[in-house]
Amino acid sequence: MSLAAAIATRDADALPSRRDEDWRWTDLRGLIRTVPAPSAPLAAEAIEPGPFAGLAARALTLANGRGDAAVEIAADQVVALDVVSQGDGSHAASLQVTVAPGVKATLLETYRGAGSYLAHTALAIRLGEGATLERIVLTLEDPESVAVSQAEVELSAQAELVQTTVTFGARRQRLETRVSHPGGHAKLRLDGAYLLAGKRHADLTTAVTHAGLHGETDQLTKGVVRDQARGVFQGRIVVAEGADHTEARMGHHALVLSDHAEVDAKPELEIYADDVSCAHGNTVGALDEEALFYIRQRGVPEAEARALLVEAFVGEVIDRIDHDGAREVARAWAARKLGGRGAAPGMGTDRDL
Amino acid sequence: MLKIQDLHATVGGAEILKGLTLEVPTGEVHAIMGPNGAGKSTLSYVLTGREGYEVTAGSATLDGEDLLAQEPNERAARGVFLSFQYPLEIPGVPALTFIRTALNAQRKARGEPEITAPQFLKLAREKSAALKMDFDMLKRGLNVGFSGGEKKRMEILQMSMLEPRLLLLDETDSGLDIDALRIVSEGVNALRSPERSALVITHYQRLLDYIKPDRVHVLSAGRIVASGGPELALELEREGYDRYARAA
Repeated sequence: MSLAAAIATRDADALPSRRDEDWRWTDLRGLIRTVPAPSAPLAAEAIEPGPFAGLAARALTLANGRGDAAVEIAADQVVALDVVSQGDGSHAASLQVTVAPGVKATLLETYRGAGSYLAHTALAIRLGEGATLERIVLTLEDPESVAVSQAEVELSAQAELVQTTVTFGARRQRLETRVSHPGGHAKLRLDGAYLLAGKRHADLTTAVTHAGLHGETDQLTKGVVRDQARGVFQGRIVVAEGADHTEARMGHHALVLSDHAEVDAKPELEIYADDVSCAHGNTVGALDEEALFYIRQRGVPEAEARALLVEAFVGEVIDRIDHDGAREVARAWAARKLGGRGAAPGMGTDRDL
Repeated sequence: MLKIQDLHATVGGAEILKGLTLEVPTGEVHAIMGPNGAGKSTLSYVLTGREGYEVTAGSATLDGEDLLAQEPNERAARGVFLSFQYPLEIPGVPALTFIRTALNAQRKARGEPEITAPQFLKLAREKSAALKMDFDMLKRGLNVGFSGGEKKRMEILQMSMLEPRLLLLDETDSGLDIDALRIVSEGVNALRSPERSALVITHYQRLLDYIKPDRVHVLSAGRIVASGGPELALELEREGYDRYARAA
């Protein structure tokens, strides 16, 4: 079942549903009775500058499913990809991103929109030998929207992908990354942070397949949910037979701040090689009341003390972003969501967490 | 002046403080000594408003203001500072950020202007140097990876930067070696002033060799059962708490 096919044929029966094991916590079939009509094209003037405007040398836009189909990054540079959705229709887009061998690039990716749209974005990202890509994904979808982004990443030997996803969810949102990891001293970092309030839902799904010797994967995802929000983490690392000397670490940690919020986590390590070093950790809990009292005893009001603890919790992921400008944008968005301290550029009037 | 009258408090339904009465005049340092389970830590938590510590009768005022009706952060802004027996580790919040947030929250609550970044850094450098602390430690997550002695020093640093009116020191000597004990005590002594009072809660007399109290009180089974001068601490060290346990 695929969302892209469902949008193309307007066949709701083709939507992924809870019967698909991989989609059981992000059921689209149960939510959508009829696939909306195709979205109208968007005029370039109707699109406000995104949060990363000004940080990139090259800017790409996918607006209601329309835009470039392929981009090749052949020199060290920062590229912004702005995926914009407006209205109540449905649309799908696909983009191929190729990073040439030896090139060091940064991809600043944003997903934003207004309306109850149904959107799908498919990315095929290929890193040549020795190429480095830092991919930062920031999403601010409409609370009534359904949005799915699926990236298929192919690493070459000695390539490095450093990815951080920071999301505030949607009515239903899935951000999926599948990485084919050849080993050969290629490195992968797959980080994520989800901050969800209201009835928002975010699903961070990753699947990494280590196929060769000497591969490294380091994954850290942290989430905070409150109200009736729901966070989903599905992390899968497969170490194939013969992929010896693979080093893989996976961590997922979530804070549940209210009784009706929910986190579903499925960390999976499947190891078929003999000589590997793999570890994973998964925790879901509440804020530390003792720490909260300690902070309040120093004079900080309760709401601010809670925000400080939550910000520190998520900060561990944001601190790992290498690109200085993008890290500060991500931090400002998260802080704005958590404590409401000051506006962050490009954020519009979205509600606080 | 801290004035506690006939204070009763329960924790989890069990009465721990059973009619505690105590006065600490402004400018004085008083020690509270007592056996384990006497209610020493409970007293410090009741005065600071920790959840789960329920006052069932009595009162506690600071300079005539009712402390018990206020939120923990309001009490802090009015000058109540508790040095924790086991200071918390807060990963992801650098000590400098933490202290500045606290200082500005207190100032805001009192209607004072916020401290500027340069003023704050100057103050933090001065105060940490006085406590022989490595300034770089203040850039790391609060108390993360610190030794017991370093954590207590961090408490005293916070105290000296927040300049409270009432210091509550809960077993500040626990986990300290002699050198750390001396540095921490010097830090506390430097804060002694005619405008400030302190309540030093301790099981052992050792700390009182360094922080000399004006008065010593014995807390046993939830009440003050004896009060006296500094010599009372020495007597307790010699003879133990047994006779007060019986008296209670």
